Amino acid sequence: MGFWSFFTLLCLVGFYVNWYGTTKALRINSNIEKGPKLPSLPNYYGRHALLSFILVSTTILLVWIFLKPFILDLLLENKISVDLTSSFDGDPSMLIDTIKATNPNNFFPGTNPLIIESAKYYEYIKETSDSYVYLMVLFVALIFSIFSLRKISISFQARQSVEKTNINILIFCSVIAIITTIGIVFSLIFEAIRFFEKVPFFDFLFGLAWSPQTAIREDQVASQGAFGAVPIFSGTLLITLVAMSVAIPIGLLSAIYISEYANLKVRKFLKPVLEILAGVPTVVYGFFAAITVGPFLKDLVSFFGFSIASESALAAGGVMGIMIIPFISSLSDDVINSVPMSLREGSYAMGATKSETIMRVVLPAALPGIMGAILLAVSRAIGETMIVVMAAGIAANLTANPFEAVTTVTVQIVTLLVGDQEFDSAKTLAAFALGITLFFATLLLNLYALKIVRKYREIYD
Amino acid sequence: MTNITEKIKLSLSKRQRSEKRFKFLGFIGISFAILFLIIILYSIFSQGQSAFKSTYIELNIFFDEKIIDVEGKRDIEDIKFANFRKIITNSLDNYFPEVEKREEKRKLHEFISSSEEKNLMNLVLSDQELIGKSKQLWLLASSTIDVIHKNPEMEEIVESDRLVDDLELSWFKTFKENGNLKFGFNKNFFSKADSTEPEQAGVLGSMLGSFFTLLITLILSFPIAVAAGVFLEELAPKNRFTDFIEVNINNLAAVPSIIFGLLGLAIFLNVMHLPRSAPIVGGMVLALMTLPTIIIATRASLKAVPPSIREAAIGLGATKFQTVNHHVLPLSMPGILTGTIIGMSQALGESAPLLMIGMVAFIVDIPGSFTDSATVLPVQIYLWKSTAARGFLELTAAGVMVLLTFLILMNGLAVFVRQKFEKKW
Repeated sequence: MGFWSFFTLLCLVGFYVNWYGTTKALRINSNIEKGPKLPSLPNYYGRHALLSFILVSTTILLVWIFLKPFILDLLLENKISVDLTSSFDGDPSMLIDTIKATNPNNFFPGTNPLIIESAKYYEYIKETSDSYVYLMVLFVALIFSIFSLRKISISFQARQSVEKTNINILIFCSVIAIITTIGIVFSLIFEAIRFFEKVPFFDFLFGLAWSPQTAIREDQVASQGAFGAVPIFSGTLLITLVAMSVAIPIGLLSAIYISEYANLKVRKFLKPVLEILAGVPTVVYGFFAAITVGPFLKDLVSFFGFSIASESALAAGGVMGIMIIPFISSLSDDVINSVPMSLREGSYAMGATKSETIMRVVLPAALPGIMGAILLAVSRAIGETMIVVMAAGIAANLTANPFEAVTTVTVQIVTLLVGDQEFDSAKTLAAFALGITLFFATLLLNLYALKIVRKYREIYD
Repeated sequence: MTNITEKIKLSLSKRQRSEKRFKFLGFIGISFAILFLIIILYSIFSQGQSAFKSTYIELNIFFDEKIIDVEGKRDIEDIKFANFRKIITNSLDNYFPEVEKREEKRKLHEFISSSEEKNLMNLVLSDQELIGKSKQLWLLASSTIDVIHKNPEMEEIVESDRLVDDLELSWFKTFKENGNLKFGFNKNFFSKADSTEPEQAGVLGSMLGSFFTLLITLILSFPIAVAAGVFLEELAPKNRFTDFIEVNINNLAAVPSIIFGLLGLAIFLNVMHLPRSAPIVGGMVLALMTLPTIIIATRASLKAVPPSIREAAIGLGATKFQTVNHHVLPLSMPGILTGTIIGMSQALGESAPLLMIGMVAFIVDIPGSFTDSATVLPVQIYLWKSTAARGFLELTAAGVMVLLTFLILMNGLAVFVRQKFEKKW
């Protein structure tokens, strides 16, 4: 049974169960001539049967999706004959992978016939196991909904039960946010620990050289590779610094102009413009940085007699700054707007001009909120990927010169993980170590920034 | 007293000047932001527009029976395997009979894109009467010729810096002078997937990949996010647990997108063994990313529904769940939909997490289902940008234009929904 025919059948049965429950409740109600009728509306009885049907089937399906690879492996392992295990001339642990990788319809001549036979068996169980599970899902779910249908009577409060289940479903949906966070932390930590088994933690954190190319042969020169992340961190900081020095002044000035000087008409025009700037995908900024800004900077700088790398930190950081302008301006705009009017009016009453009021009263009052906005922007900048992947360098340079090419944490994660992956080499695992560093750095920044912003809101609200 | 007033009067003009300066500074700031936007859009538009047309060369094609149908049986299988390249090269040779050296002939034969072989085959299959006859046809030129045609200034530069040598340029000029060269609409761009040849590469494959991915994202994130938003805003008791959920959601909204890619790689691919490069995995990763956006939008629009609605429903005997389900949620739907569309448009532009789960492969086939290998529009842009061949630059910019068009459409839809259906209380 294919997935879609199964799905159609599932929907049809679900509809039928719902309809049957409702009509059964209606029938019972019409048979009661005197005395209290069913405690809940008839459609709740149908809904109850439907809910048990849906819940049971989705649970089994989800469990199956998670367990399928393991169950298939187990079945395959039991099927493998002793002859094959003894005749297989590789590492025994590789046997299952070899079988899975063999295509029984298109194999290399000279492949062990026993392996082909096992591969055929694996293909067979891979295809048929789904159908069996689908049948089982339908069967078990139907049994549960029949139980629910049989329960319909005066003593069964269907509404309470349905609402309770619904609320539990809602709670589960909210908990997905927590599950995601846990998933992120665990998946990163697991692989990062495997990395730190190969490379000492402090070598990673304080090492000054980064060249993750591990050799294929043990005896090759520099077979270890170097995993000192300091040049990557410094590169990230340099690009973030460049981005912030573009974004903070322009973003803040824009926010001040929009919230304090622009009249309603101008405001209505300016806000969407900044929103467009915020809505441009980062891959577009990356293209712009690499194709337009990079060559332009190169021409400009060489005109003055200096030299600049074509993938300079200046190009990537500058364009990243443009991307962050709307982020800073909209957050600061909110913050400046929430400074109470009374503060401004007090200042005007003392004879201060508008600019004096802004500089000496509004901005100091809004400073914590603006700091929060800037911190959020920094966290955004260090996690930004596409711009730097397209416009910054790959080689790790330990430099503070924005004219040179530097690399960032995100660029390294992408270069280490795109392409061939072997999940036991330090090279790929290093990406996860970088990932967890990035995650915790942005986490701390975000939590701190959100705390500042929230505290600030409480003062004036 | 007068002393102070005079002092203030003296400083007044200076203060007013600094006031004007400050206002001007603010104006400069916002102008810079607008200027950047204009520059970005202009640079993309000016580079991308030429990708929508491509060069065609008119040739007299002779459908030689000896090549197409050697046995004369008009068997479809025979025609399918016929050497249509030979038919094109023959007509090129006829056009320039003076070219005789092998090496030069080879160069001449590269004028026409290899995709035309299949087109000619289809032409013959649809009209078998053509066999043995001649016909004037416009054929797609190769990307090198296309680049020369689009940049006439390249004809002037020295041979070593040019894409073509003097001989090829002379052939090109002959075509041009005889009027056998024209610009036509680039059909391949909207009907093909990726290719190694710029003139044959298109966005259809990645557009469909984006469609499948976003469909999964929508199916997963919309119900879950609305459910979570409803629970947190309307039904949740205020306690540590719900506070923790809230902190988590706020934080997830600010986690770098590439981290979600690492999550997808480690869990969806390595633990659950879902297929690499498939829209289903991409959709799941993007759904996790979009959740916080939709949850926050849901809560905001639930909050906007006035409490009188709830009180009226409860006053008539509805339970809390019925109140929310029958009254509050339908009323806040426009706001939720607006937030969802905006979340979807963010997901459409997102590419970093998809790089992690292998949606960067070079895929020539147009994906047909959720488990086929596919790529998405922004990743296709990234892939083309990383390709060195000359013709891909304008394709990249054109891809950006397509992506931006979709984003504008989606955001326009969001604005429309907001203005048409949203209630002001």
